[in-house]
Amino acid sequence: MIMFYWIALMIVSFSFAGLLFRLVKGPTVADRVVALDAIGVTLVSIVALLSLIIETEFFLEVILLMSILSFIGTAAFAKFLERGEIFDRDPR
Amino acid sequence: MRNSWREGRFSIEILVDILIILLISTGVLFSAVTALGLIRLPDVYTRTHAASKSSTLGVLSILLGTFVHFWFNEGIFNTQMVIAIAFLFITQPVAGHLIGRAAYMTGIKVAEETVRDDMGPAIEKRKNNQQEELENE
Repeated sequence: MIMFYWIALMIVSFSFAGLLFRLVKGPTVADRVVALDAIGVTLVSIVALLSLIIETEFFLEVILLMSILSFIGTAAFAKFLERGEIFDRDPR
Repeated sequence: MRNSWREGRFSIEILVDILIILLISTGVLFSAVTALGLIRLPDVYTRTHAASKSSTLGVLSILLGTFVHFWFNEGIFNTQMVIAIAFLFITQPVAGHLIGRAAYMTGIKVAEETVRDDMGPAIEKRKNNQQEELENE
């Protein structure tokens, strides 16, 4: 069972490397933000698999925090790309 | 696990392990598909499509597998995991939508293979409506 978790962690890490490639190469800023969003999600799965391998439940708090931070970062980046500022009083 | 097979008992642990293996295999497969899509697809909109849908399903399956492991094998019912699963399921497609909209508003071109573009006429229509409202005032 622990071997299966290691193999799963290996494949997820390879996909993480693929996302890093898109983060570095991406021709536009939006490409990089998409890659960053997917990297946050993949990091959540890596933390879950690590907590399965080390057999501790203390990593599970990291999962919720990291998913929230990833979403807030993506939303802030999207708004910054669209309007040029993050906090404004425009009610639209 | 091996002992229960020898004794001929049908153990619940084996069922739980099979469930965990199925869930985590699905999650890993969809994570790999996400990376493949982000590398191979032609423009930012199709990449958003890959990054929002398949990565959501992948991380959801892996988190469900972890949750089932800690519930049945360790006896820990972790409510933070439930909240995280629900939160990711709601917010990840929303994030993809936000990035796609911001990309269109900043004027990034769609790929050459695209056959139809509904967003351009919708923006034109909204601009015309706003101008009409201003003139009426």
